[in-house]
Amino acid sequence: MTGAVAWRAVRWLLLLAFAAYFVTPLLALLNFSTKDVLTKQRSGAAWRALTQDPTMTEAIRTSLLLALVTVVGMVLLLVPTMIWVRLRVPGATRMIEFLCLLPLTIPALVIVVGLRNVYAWVNYLVGDSPLTLAFVYVVLVLPYSYRAIDASLSALDATTLAEAARSLGASWFTVITRVILPNIWPGVLGGAFIAVALVLGEYTISSLTHYNTLPVVIVLISKADAPESMAAALASLLFAAVLLMGLSFLDRRRRTPGGN
Amino acid sequence: MAAPSATAPPAPTGRRLSVGPSVGLLPFLAYLTIFLLIPTVTVVVGAFQNDAGGFSLEKISTLADDTPMRALRESLILSFSSAVVGAVLGALLAYLVVTSPPTSVLRRVVTSVCGVLAQFGGVTLAFAWIATLGFGGLLTQALADSFGTDPNGISQLYELPGLILVYTYFQVPLMVIVFLPALEGLRPQWREAAVNLGASTRQYWIQVAFPLLRPAFLGSMLLLFANAFAAYATAAALVSQGAPITPLLIRTSLTSEVTLGQANFGYALALEMIVVVAIVMTLYAWLLKRTSRWLP
Repeated sequence: MTGAVAWRAVRWLLLLAFAAYFVTPLLALLNFSTKDVLTKQRSGAAWRALTQDPTMTEAIRTSLLLALVTVVGMVLLLVPTMIWVRLRVPGATRMIEFLCLLPLTIPALVIVVGLRNVYAWVNYLVGDSPLTLAFVYVVLVLPYSYRAIDASLSALDATTLAEAARSLGASWFTVITRVILPNIWPGVLGGAFIAVALVLGEYTISSLTHYNTLPVVIVLISKADAPESMAAALASLLFAAVLLMGLSFLDRRRRTPGGN
Repeated sequence: MAAPSATAPPAPTGRRLSVGPSVGLLPFLAYLTIFLLIPTVTVVVGAFQNDAGGFSLEKISTLADDTPMRALRESLILSFSSAVVGAVLGALLAYLVVTSPPTSVLRRVVTSVCGVLAQFGGVTLAFAWIATLGFGGLLTQALADSFGTDPNGISQLYELPGLILVYTYFQVPLMVIVFLPALEGLRPQWREAAVNLGASTRQYWIQVAFPLLRPAFLGSMLLLFANAFAAYATAAALVSQGAPITPLLIRTSLTSEVTLGQANFGYALALEMIVVVAIVMTLYAWLLKRTSRWLP
């Protein structure tokens, strides 16, 4: 029995050590962002600046808009394709999965190096705006969104549902938007959450294409006003944490009825 | 879209092989071609071109120069050490978590926190460590007092040792996420069977659990390696000048176009990156196939 007690003690000590390791840098962020650099006094100036500094608010606005456009693009591109593959071209399942997971093996850095020609055209056709980043962000979030949606879609007998709807005279458009989509809604929402979190934290492509998204501005501002950039870093991290926690709740809701 | 209208007679559903329905995949395929395949092909082709556009091995051979070779070596060291440390610590944390029930608060908190730290951008993590060990950081003064380090910030934070430390901070969580399913797949019945046959706890671990987990462990470690090798944001936020590792050397070649032909050199470096990551990911896929034999 002493062995079991000792193991329990060791286990909690180890867990505490891990907790300290993970929490310390985050506490340091909080500490740094609430301290005045010169006077060493506590101050909320850095956090207030998040809503007042025009560079920062502009960057936050850009990043949130970008996240929204990316999610819309991802849903429009991926969801109909995945449903269509399941219903009509099951032979292409492997290929689509491979393509969706491909961005995991091609680093974002490589994509941005080869992106110049493509973006010359994009900027020529739709203009020069940070929102054009959404085109390539849709590709970046594909692997994560694919997994989330695929999990939902696999739990569904899509073929039977589609046959039932078709035999009642529904068009394929109706089948996709009004029969299948409501059933895989948690998966789509989950994919959207991950996409938002990824876009808000994306730095590689936006910094190398010189668009001022939130992470880029955080780095820029750090040279002039370190506490403000620390506050922005912590705020965006917490925002992503809330999103991904929400995702885990969705996950549980989906599993509970299916588990019985 | 290729979808027939509602008034058309319903097509015989399902498995008939025909060109018709595949047309529905065209938008997706076209999109990926433009925003994923063309950039990749641009990199591969560009790496084999000289400044005039003709075929040449000039850029590839520059990869053997001193600077790119040193950057590659540092990159490999960084990826390898952060992958090993991340894998060992991550596996340990995953084991501590897996011994608690799936619905426990501990498990939920750990998996959520790990999800955030592993997937959310590296910039914030770099700043978290600057706030800890940099100028005016939370631990800087304490470390200076007890170990005699520089009270104005630990300068190694912006060099290779610091990069390893900060990379580990997102490698451990990633390991927890990818290794947890393998640990969960370790069925209690196997342990009971081993104990019934007279095995001690030690024997069970050495002769049953470790051999079973080895492919998953090595596979996860490879994934961590690729993850670190391809990472850019953390290093870029931490090291604002100079290029100690390959991704930062790519940044230099992209941002300083003063020297003619730097763009094509960027292509060669990017190709080097593709090759390294592709090798690692192929090994990973192979190991994953071995693991999936016994995973539920």
